[in-house]
Amino acid sequence: MKKMMLIGLFGLLIASCGGGNSHSESTANPAESVTKETTENGNPAYDPNRGEGKFKDFKAAPTLDATQAENGNKVYNVKCSSCHKTNEEKLVGPGWKGVTGRHTADWILNFITNTDEMLNKDPKAQAQLEICLVRMPNQNLSDDDAKALYEFMRKNDGVK
Amino acid sequence: MRNTQLKTIAAICAGVVLSVVGCKPKNAGNAVSADAAAKTYVAPGKYDEFYNFVSGGFSGQMTAYGLPSGRLLRVIPVFSVDPEKGYGYSEETKPMLNTSHGFVPWDDLHHTELSQTNGEIDGRWIFGNANNTPRVARIDLKTFRTAEIIEIPNSAGNHSSPFITENTEYVVAGTRFSVPMDDANGDVPINTYKKNFKGSISFISVGKEGEMNLAFQIQTPGVNFDLSHSGKGPSSGWFFFSCYNTEQANTLLEVNASQKDKDFIMAVNWKKAEEYLKAGKGRKQSVKYAHNTYSDVTHSATSEIKTEVTVLDAKDLKDICYFIPCPKSPHGCDVDPSGQYIVGSGKLAALIPVFSFDKIQKAIAAKDFIGDYEGIPVIKYESALYGEVKKPGLGPLHTEFDGKGNAYTTFFVSSEVVKWNIKDLKVVDRAPTYYSVGHLTIPGGDTKKPNAKYLIAYNKITKDRYLPTGPELAQSAQLYDISGDKMQLILDFPTIGEPHYAQAVSADLIKNNSVKFFKIEENKNPYVAKGESETKVVREGNKVHIYMTCIRSHWSPDNIEGIKAGDEVYFHVTNLEQDWDVPHGFAIKGANTAELLVMPGETQTLKWVAEKPGIFPFYCTDFCSALHQEMSGYLRVSPAGSNVPLLFSTGKNLPAADAAEKK
Repeated sequence: MKKMMLIGLFGLLIASCGGGNSHSESTANPAESVTKETTENGNPAYDPNRGEGKFKDFKAAPTLDATQAENGNKVYNVKCSSCHKTNEEKLVGPGWKGVTGRHTADWILNFITNTDEMLNKDPKAQAQLEICLVRMPNQNLSDDDAKALYEFMRKNDGVK
Repeated sequence: MRNTQLKTIAAICAGVVLSVVGCKPKNAGNAVSADAAAKTYVAPGKYDEFYNFVSGGFSGQMTAYGLPSGRLLRVIPVFSVDPEKGYGYSEETKPMLNTSHGFVPWDDLHHTELSQTNGEIDGRWIFGNANNTPRVARIDLKTFRTAEIIEIPNSAGNHSSPFITENTEYVVAGTRFSVPMDDANGDVPINTYKKNFKGSISFISVGKEGEMNLAFQIQTPGVNFDLSHSGKGPSSGWFFFSCYNTEQANTLLEVNASQKDKDFIMAVNWKKAEEYLKAGKGRKQSVKYAHNTYSDVTHSATSEIKTEVTVLDAKDLKDICYFIPCPKSPHGCDVDPSGQYIVGSGKLAALIPVFSFDKIQKAIAAKDFIGDYEGIPVIKYESALYGEVKKPGLGPLHTEFDGKGNAYTTFFVSSEVVKWNIKDLKVVDRAPTYYSVGHLTIPGGDTKKPNAKYLIAYNKITKDRYLPTGPELAQSAQLYDISGDKMQLILDFPTIGEPHYAQAVSADLIKNNSVKFFKIEENKNPYVAKGESETKVVREGNKVHIYMTCIRSHWSPDNIEGIKAGDEVYFHVTNLEQDWDVPHGFAIKGANTAELLVMPGETQTLKWVAEKPGIFPFYCTDFCSALHQEMSGYLRVSPAGSNVPLLFSTGKNLPAADAAEKK
């Protein structure tokens, strides 16, 4: 019986820390999000300009890497173009024109590689979700894909 | 504050559990002890400790449950179509169910066997048998999908299958119904069984990637092969098959196949058979059987009809098969973890014979035979026997092992599981089942290394165990904790179809290998569209190919015009998602097939015949986002011969604007 009670208590504890996640429609393994929420609690210094993810202090070159931008265009065609146009027009998600001016490189790279976590905690990502109402799918981009995409966004924003 | 609240809640919960236990009527239910709930409780969001792969019997499928919770995790379509998943309906999966008889949409899956390395479960694949139209399937445990199906020629009723050798060198298939061989004239009077009907045992080799190949068959006298198990350790290289109807009856088997006091267990020296095969002693026989494979790269299946098998004749090659007398129509044929003891379960017997591998070898060396049966030597019963378990119960069926010197045997007639000691053959415990138990499973219970925490009994009858559901009731599994000296019943759960044999394995061996999605970059389906820029509609005569994509939450294209009545329309749907657990389902009005359920990164095709002019909506069936209800489209069908141009688009076909053709 004691065991039963302990298990019951444990269950309640889990439920009480998982609450922040109630808007999640998909994917996240509940156990996983619990851990993530806990880390957040342990690290309150969230930088909304950087977002959350593996990218930090990413510096793009002053000029465009045309090959990378071309690679990015290919990734865009397969994984992004269904929902994002390259002009200002919103399709499912916002148009990409000017995106590199609206967000830092780190924020963009983190958002496209760590989508679910960013949607769960980042104020700007959440504000965008309120407009679009479709959670951006995690398209499982590799780091290289993400960087190439960023270069493509820069090209789209007029970087030569 | 919070602590007090929690304590109160916990106390209330405990009170409820206690009062429920306290109110239990004094019937079969009180065989459950009070801590059963704690033992089977797996908290929401937590994983079970074991996977339990259960045969679906006449559902033709296999199911995966979590243990100890008994939660149903997945129904894996194997031998029957599954409209929910589009299995057997999509153009890509149809070839999986092809046979020499054409497309067969149903079968009866009886036994499951996990692949092994060195006699231990390795978590790569699980095999299943088709009992009706003889086949063996291999399911890939990375995807929980049927990867391969091979048909068995010269066979009818593939029952003693798909048991494997200890390094998965072979998976076997023994005929339940003896029949004339496929290349003989089968148009013979049924009562010429003794003259014309033959049995066969197939050895299907399994390659490094799991690929199955019908290596050879052994032709045997006409009997009914029932179950089988590989030897291990010292008996490695041997396979044991139970058989009944050694009377060779062809009618009223209930009476006529139960005449003899003893039938046989057939010991097969497959290493010797391999030598004969190499030495060219086999006969090439012309047959016809299908071999179907599914590729996770092209996301489609191919079916090949093969035309030859090599057959070794057991009566000509004197030393590959031996019969061991076994009382009363033996059913289960189980080998203990040491490989030394072979347990035969005569389903009409009131004892369990245990044979010794060493004694069998000595008897063969000394030619200690009591004669032969159609040219196969019959070993003297006493010379092969290690001993008998006396009065264990009524109707023994199947035995599994705990690796601690105990065997557990199910008794159908007396509805119980009996635990007995292999060395002294004494019964040490018995537990009732509800009711009429067939198979049982202990994780690894037929391997060298059982992981004997639980035992699961699979019951044929449930009667009063669950809320009534009309004339047909679910069959059931019952979970016992066997970690102590006494078996303890801790859970009942209903099953899909009829559970026969099942296997269980520590989740650690499987869960980390699970594929989460298919990489879109690696998709080699000929009809893939990698991104919306590759979507198109192509007409080839009266065939129209629609290369379509989907992502949360729209189809591309979603407006299609220029289809004509009588056209065969192929919707090639590529799911562009690259995340776990985001399938999209595709359905179109009037489809007389099923839906498609397309996994992330995958392409699947639905064929749909445009029967008459009109507007036909299509939509996503698998709730995918807040705008899932918006995930839809229209297809316009015009009369045959009309000149409506072929148009397709997404988001452009607006009333005021041009219905611009997408180039």
